[in-house]
Amino acid sequence: MTEAVNTLLLLFMCVTALTIVRQHNLFAVVMLGSVFSLLSAGMFVLLDAVDVAFTEAAVGAGISTILMLGVLSLTNSRERITFSTPIFPIVLVMLAGSVLIFSALGMPEFGAADAPIHGHVADRYIEKSGAEVGLPNIVTSILASYRGFDTLGEVTVIFTAGIGVMVLLGLRRRTAQDGSVEELPLPGEGNMRHHSVLRVTAKLLIPFIMLFALYVQFHGDFGPGGGFQAGVIFAAAFILYGLVFGIKNAVAVVPEGVTRFLIAAGVLLYAGVGVASLLMGGNYLDYSVLAHEPTHGQHLGILLIEFGVGTTVAAVMITLFFSFARRTRKKT
Amino acid sequence: MTLFPAVVEAHLAVLLIVVPLIAAPLCSLLRRESLAWIFAAAVSVVCLALAVAILGQVMANGPIAYEMGGWASPWGIEFRIDRLNAFVLVIVSAIAAVVMWYAHGSVRAEIGGDQQPHYYTLYLLCLTGLLGVTATGDAFNLFVFLEISSLSSYVLISLGAGRDRRALTAAFTYLVMGTIGATFYVIGIGLLYMVTGTLNMADLAVRLAPLADNTTVLAGFAFIMVGLSLKLALFPLHLWLPNAYTYAPSAVTAFLAATATKVAVYVLLRFLFTVFGTDYLFEELTLNGFLLPLAVIAMFIPSLVAIFQTNIKRMLAYSSVAQLGYMVLGLSFASITGVTATVIHLFNHAVTKGGLFMALGAVLLRTGGVSLQNMAGLGRQMPLTMAAFVVGGFSLIGVPTTVGFISKWYLILAALEDGRWPIAFLILASSLLAVIYIWRVVEVAYFQPALEGRKIEEAPLSYLIPTWLLIGASLYFGVDATYTLEVAGSAAAHLMGNGG
Repeated sequence: MTEAVNTLLLLFMCVTALTIVRQHNLFAVVMLGSVFSLLSAGMFVLLDAVDVAFTEAAVGAGISTILMLGVLSLTNSRERITFSTPIFPIVLVMLAGSVLIFSALGMPEFGAADAPIHGHVADRYIEKSGAEVGLPNIVTSILASYRGFDTLGEVTVIFTAGIGVMVLLGLRRRTAQDGSVEELPLPGEGNMRHHSVLRVTAKLLIPFIMLFALYVQFHGDFGPGGGFQAGVIFAAAFILYGLVFGIKNAVAVVPEGVTRFLIAAGVLLYAGVGVASLLMGGNYLDYSVLAHEPTHGQHLGILLIEFGVGTTVAAVMITLFFSFARRTRKKT
Repeated sequence: MTLFPAVVEAHLAVLLIVVPLIAAPLCSLLRRESLAWIFAAAVSVVCLALAVAILGQVMANGPIAYEMGGWASPWGIEFRIDRLNAFVLVIVSAIAAVVMWYAHGSVRAEIGGDQQPHYYTLYLLCLTGLLGVTATGDAFNLFVFLEISSLSSYVLISLGAGRDRRALTAAFTYLVMGTIGATFYVIGIGLLYMVTGTLNMADLAVRLAPLADNTTVLAGFAFIMVGLSLKLALFPLHLWLPNAYTYAPSAVTAFLAATATKVAVYVLLRFLFTVFGTDYLFEELTLNGFLLPLAVIAMFIPSLVAIFQTNIKRMLAYSSVAQLGYMVLGLSFASITGVTATVIHLFNHAVTKGGLFMALGAVLLRTGGVSLQNMAGLGRQMPLTMAAFVVGGFSLIGVPTTVGFISKWYLILAALEDGRWPIAFLILASSLLAVIYIWRVVEVAYFQPALEGRKIEEAPLSYLIPTWLLIGASLYFGVDATYTLEVAGSAAAHLMGNGG
């Protein structure tokens, strides 16, 4: 049964990918990209990687689609068609693809219990993480503790991306002072004012989205979830508010200075927990020394760093969306 | 000799990364650009002190292994610093510290506006990424830091758009190529993980040894090689580099040219010799049959292209691609002398190119451009800047008493040791190309009259001191290379598994 579903999902993904390549309407490309992400999230669920599936659904299918649409609203939504056939790139892609197929010859059988990835490091994670870290969700134990330094790096990547977009869009603003490009006033509610259904639904949904984000944030130790997904979901609530009630109102709720501070604060909280463990006599990011009992320390440390992750991710996503949205051209 | 209190001494490895990592978000909160600059400059000096202390510790007591979170490897992430990466850490942080002092004036002149505080944040992030890539002993952790350094360098390059809008397309091309490179790297790591179940480099080396015939390992190796070659701009995968270096702000070009590609070469060395091992690559796959011709082509074609450039920054960028050819040539011999040549050239080229690009930044400041015509008569008008340029140029050529000579000497030794005298001849021949492109600048700067009615002053001290620091280093270590050779030689010996 699983095999049939797997095959079907893979087939759908292939069809989606091919359609994306052949499609010239960029709006459709973005939507199909979202579909592709959702399909791969389904794939991850079948592979029992629910945490990854959750992230893929929230980030790939959700927020990145919104951000891409934000970009399209600034540019053109039709690809400029060139009539030359890109022979060289096609050859390269075929080559890379055939190397991948070639690589499959040496892989362990799909789902084999004795595959190396199920034996070497995984054994300890499965058998001992309960005693060493004390969390029911092994994935969280790995991401936040065993490989917590990677996650710190990833939060820094998000931070870099946030600063990067602020800088790049700021470059345009500087030309605005020269007088060549006018800085647009923040878009208000516009004609959204008349969409009562949307407004009421949004008002109803937003509190629940935020509550769900908090649940995902703090329940990540026990079930699928964690700072990344929670941050994205929390940001989604703000973006929805901004879309329906106007960017101007949304910025009034969280001023730019606040998001800018929060972007940095999340990384600092995460890295600061590491410094605290240094000062308390452990190695960097060794949460065990943070409390009297190692597992309590682990729990506290993970709670704090996940909160740091959530803060930076949410603040960066909000900043990214608002940075794009505030430059939206007036449709005439 | 201990520089720091015992607590710091015990955690040197991680502090070197964490200090700039924490400094970056703090810096993003600073609104005033001079405040951000002083803060970032102080941090970069602290990093240099930490890196020097690490090198001292490694030279005295052997490799440092640091377990993140207190988890033993391969379950947790490990930093593992031996002589090779300790040396690269010193190179990166030294260049970062020198360029940071230079950055203030050049950023103010070339970027301006409210972007300047962000510049320092991104610079610290880039430094964090490069140091993290160098220090880590975990293949996936390396990818994470690679992303930090790459993302920040794309944005740093695009900051050149204040002066020339083409910086944006240059940064975008680099983004596309760099992302393909990083993706290939991570695909390769994924394939290796699939057949070994580990991400720790030392553990990978042990577990890969019996898997020599596995096609997944071979494909993983191919993906990692291509990914890294894109990152280090190995000819013919260098296409992103010339434009990126040309249109980036001077301080960014000086920093990236002296560090980013060097770190990529380090990663290549690490994967070739530590993770995969010479037996697998050079005996079984006869990799040098592939790398050697590529390296030789890389020495010649970019040098030839450099001769025909009128933009001097672009000329030096092509020269960088050629110099990367020398580095790959050294390692392709798979001998201790060859790897020594590569490692010492990492340092030698970093100080030379860093100094040269900083001198060009001064030319840009005073003349408003870096094309050949801008250089006319500068030999008399900006004597100190142009003298720095000439010394740096000599080092690119490989004139004795410069560091370039030391590198070429060891390369030729390695070629002769391997019985490949035609290669030794080609190394000399390619140096002649460097003579041509450096001479073009010298001729215009010293033998052409200054443009009519153009009054140009010598560059300010904030430009001259950092420039001469690096150019001075390229002279000092060219005359007395004892220490650099000791470090590079023992690093190479250690890497090739002969202790040291």
